[in-house]
Amino acid sequence: MKRSSFELVETHIPSLRRYALVLLRHDEPRADDLVQDCLERAMSRWHLWRRPGNLRGWLFTILHNIYVNDVARAVARPDVVEIQDYFPAMAVPPNQADRIQLREVTAAIQELPDPQRQTLLLVTMEGFSYDETADITGVPIGTVMSRLSRAREKVRAASWGETRESGRRIT
Amino acid sequence: MSDLPEIPTEDEIQALVDGRLDPGRRAEIEAWLSGNPDEAARVAELRDISSAIERVYGPLSERPIPARFQKVGAPAMARSPVWRVAAMVALIAVGAAGGWFANEAVGPGEDPNASLARGAVKAHQMYAREVRHAVEVPASDEAHLVAWLSKRLNAPLRAPNLDGEGYRLVGGRLLPAEDAGPAAQFMYEAESGERLTLYVEQNLAGGETAFRFTEYDDVSAFWWKDGPLAYVLIGRGERDRLLTLARATYQELNP
Repeated sequence: MKRSSFELVETHIPSLRRYALVLLRHDEPRADDLVQDCLERAMSRWHLWRRPGNLRGWLFTILHNIYVNDVARAVARPDVVEIQDYFPAMAVPPNQADRIQLREVTAAIQELPDPQRQTLLLVTMEGFSYDETADITGVPIGTVMSRLSRAREKVRAASWGETRESGRRIT
Repeated sequence: MSDLPEIPTEDEIQALVDGRLDPGRRAEIEAWLSGNPDEAARVAELRDISSAIERVYGPLSERPIPARFQKVGAPAMARSPVWRVAAMVALIAVGAAGGWFANEAVGPGEDPNASLARGAVKAHQMYAREVRHAVEVPASDEAHLVAWLSKRLNAPLRAPNLDGEGYRLVGGRLLPAEDAGPAAQFMYEAESGERLTLYVEQNLAGGETAFRFTEYDDVSAFWWKDGPLAYVLIGRGERDRLLTLARATYQELNP
């Protein structure tokens, strides 16, 4: 059965909303506005999507461009929402064995400069390839790799740096 | 010393962390890391960052979709009669998946099969993301699990073997069905960690059906009724892939 354009687009709404929500630091109304703008733009430019193509990548590119051009400039950075209230996984007492400092890691991610944060989230949270991430963010792949490396080093330093230096890292 | 692995570049370290190296180079770098504990510790921390992102942000894609996004597709619907049919099908699917847009889309005459799919999807979303308490009885105790659940559902259950499809049984649990007494959930896991659940409840309304497909958020489900039991197979991913799994499940249940 031929699927309509919106049906095709619709399957990507959950991950677009997730990306927008993290990008906008958990400001849910703004995140959903961003997704809605993205969907409307995609539907109005449907003829521009080249089939068979990477629809998900195309949608993320549209969302990225709206964010960079309109949203990021307009949004005075809101206070970071108390993350524990927001994500069920955070409420679970940390398991010593998995030694993941969820709070530190997510807080550090939210402190990253936008380009590094976007790159890290597109690759790890959304599973885009390095090539796709380069297309979405409109930069060469070398830039993707260096942003990824710098993003991870900053998060690592913020999350593990002190405990490692003082020898208290849980293993 | 040509048998010493070449020192990995920073790009290769990133690709290693993301699981995007070819197996040969990956093995070389793993060998190199075993002789470079500082770098190995760094890689472990970089991997922990990815795990944290997955754990904290992963569930965010499972939130119910607000009705406002349905309206984005509305103008296209008005233009095309094909769309109207597709929209009706989608509406029925949404209703069957539990009436998440119940205030707007589904009237008081709820599809009698809705509670089956709803119970199954809720159970999947509740437990498929659990790391440590995904099941009540592990697969190592499969005989006991099946006997226990069969007794509670008052029908002979089986835990289908999906090894051939790349999913191993994790275990199962007993659940309350919405209006069919007790229900059972069997959980399966692929090598990748991706999970699949088979939800079983008593077929109180009777009758048999073909496979029916329904989607909710990023979860897809096939459900069918067969004799004394009704089944819902739920997972992520493409409809065709899930249909293959549903067929394999059905064959396992009806050898």
